[in-house]
Amino acid sequence: MPQTLYDKLMSAHKVLEQDGSTLIYIDRQLIHEVTSPQAFEGLILAGRKIWRNKANLAVPDHNVPTTERSSGVSSITDPISRLQVETLDKNCESFDINEIQMNDIRQGIVHVIGPEQGATLPGMSIVCGDSHTTTHGALGALAFGIGTSEVEHVLATGCLWQNKAKNMKIEINGNLGVDVTAKDIALYVIGQIGTAGGTGFAIEFCGSTIRDMTIEGRMTLCNMSIEAGAKVGLVAVDDKTINYVEGRPFAPKGENWQSALKYWQTLHSDRESHFDESILIDATLISPQVTWGTSPEMVVDINGSTPDPKLEKDAIKADSIRTALEYIHLKPNTAMSSVTIDKVFIGSCTNSRIEDLRIAASVVKGKKIANNIKLALVVPGSGLVKKQAEEEGLDQIFKDAGFEWREPGCSMCLAMNADKLEAGERCASTSNRNFEGRQGQGSFTHLVSPAIAAASAIAGHFSGVIL
Amino acid sequence: MKKFTSISSIAMPLDRANIDTDAIIPKQFLKSIKRSGFGPNLFDEWRYLDHGEPGMDNSNRPINPDFVLNNSIYSKAQILLTRRNFGCGSSREHAPWALEDYGFRAIIAPSFADIFYNNCFKNGILPIELSSEIVDNLFSYSGQITINLKEQTVKTDDNSFEFEVDPERKRRLINGLDDIGLTLQNENQIRLFEAEYFVKYPWL
Repeated sequence: MPQTLYDKLMSAHKVLEQDGSTLIYIDRQLIHEVTSPQAFEGLILAGRKIWRNKANLAVPDHNVPTTERSSGVSSITDPISRLQVETLDKNCESFDINEIQMNDIRQGIVHVIGPEQGATLPGMSIVCGDSHTTTHGALGALAFGIGTSEVEHVLATGCLWQNKAKNMKIEINGNLGVDVTAKDIALYVIGQIGTAGGTGFAIEFCGSTIRDMTIEGRMTLCNMSIEAGAKVGLVAVDDKTINYVEGRPFAPKGENWQSALKYWQTLHSDRESHFDESILIDATLISPQVTWGTSPEMVVDINGSTPDPKLEKDAIKADSIRTALEYIHLKPNTAMSSVTIDKVFIGSCTNSRIEDLRIAASVVKGKKIANNIKLALVVPGSGLVKKQAEEEGLDQIFKDAGFEWREPGCSMCLAMNADKLEAGERCASTSNRNFEGRQGQGSFTHLVSPAIAAASAIAGHFSGVIL
Repeated sequence: MKKFTSISSIAMPLDRANIDTDAIIPKQFLKSIKRSGFGPNLFDEWRYLDHGEPGMDNSNRPINPDFVLNNSIYSKAQILLTRRNFGCGSSREHAPWALEDYGFRAIIAPSFADIFYNNCFKNGILPIELSSEIVDNLFSYSGQITINLKEQTVKTDDNSFEFEVDPERKRRLINGLDDIGLTLQNENQIRLFEAEYFVKYPWL
């Protein structure tokens, strides 16, 4: 029977089935400091061991400072944040888990370093106590976020119970405009299907636009699948995937590489395979996007305006629009290009890879950020992304334009470290969530691509890229 | 894990769609390395008028009188009634930990976000999906609601609604079973799977 990529990945990892639930084998668990301490504590209390140490890879990312931190963990000034990172170090040491520590050049956001190290491979089942684990589906891996109880379950058993998701195909064809990126596609799709549009589904992205897209772009797109509520976001393996993986530290070598290649080439949906839902999107119709509200589905074209709740027929939706506009201090029918901003954040597991930094740098090159911008941050996704960018001179371009060039971490995406917005501040952010208070209590987040964040930093208000 | 068989309580109505886990428990409280004590910071940004940080004495903080949680009528409510896509966003299990620590044992909504829904069952909370029409109906009802997991029913004074729940999740919740212990009963089968698996995929 023809199978979808998701079906193939599920059946390859099936250990057993019980009452409609499948116990699947987990190849890789990525661990960070925020959602793991209680899992390790649970193991200790029950006197349990780790099932397979090698399956796990840990890195601190949420709490780490992005400013000077040469003295290591002791440079975290907040004692509670510091304790959390110290706890991760301690747990990894006592349970013999491979950890990339804070001042290792390979440290970075868990979803950036997985693929970068080759710890994410096509065909793998990958979990992490973090919803943006969907990122890794860009390499044809079965990857999804879990809670802390499940982190503990995977540590102790090497497996996880799953109920099978339905299959959704999102086919995107056509060439993107020069200023349109994977982030804009992600926001556009969420705008179309809503933040619950993918609930209960495994989404596979396909079509000519996806085939033409870089692996970094595919990661941005799969990363945001969770913002559509999807279980996983997937892209079939192709030559780009293989070229990306080859030679990375954790990638197979020699004979193993050859047998891996053979398997990986089967990682696509079969012709005639059944999808429970299919959506067709014309890429040529997608413009750069900007969110106007407090949910990623509240999104418009960069040349668009905020909606008018009076024109919404659904009472609950109208109410959501009203509440969101009130929170974010914008009136109905306001042109987004007239909205001024205070801060700019380029970073996060969505948009902090080398390609993102190159695009943003190309927009700001030779220009200066506007006078009203209080802070413009560039936070590379990993130490290796930072190094690469510096070798290409991107850091200097950003600094010359007035941006701050920081150390890698999650930073202002969720503001668990010192990087945050003050109440009333408005930010153009390349991150993934614009929820109330996400970047700081009472602050306003607008999600955009790196190109739009860069152009808006120069303009001082939301702006398309001036070509 | 805490067992769940049946509860009887009034429901606290939280009339808003797409409530995300950042709203349920803001990020600064995720720095804790413990599993308990999150209840006083449930819905922190909506519930208090000042900015909350871990370690604060919450009993001295100014409360937002307009937020439903601060209405004394609902102080003993064990059921949370809300709108579609509850629990979207971050995978933080701190969200169900905070809800449970506060005293909620069941949540009724037209739909839930996937990871949150799953996390509830690990913490003795029963998330119940009912149609938008029924949820609307419950929003206009203020009496006692009885939830019976065994029968899979939600009963008001005049009505009884049935709900769906995965049989395995139901069994575990009713008996308060430990997931890891149950999985490890299959240890031999996992070992057998591994033996074959690593021959087939030697690079893993």
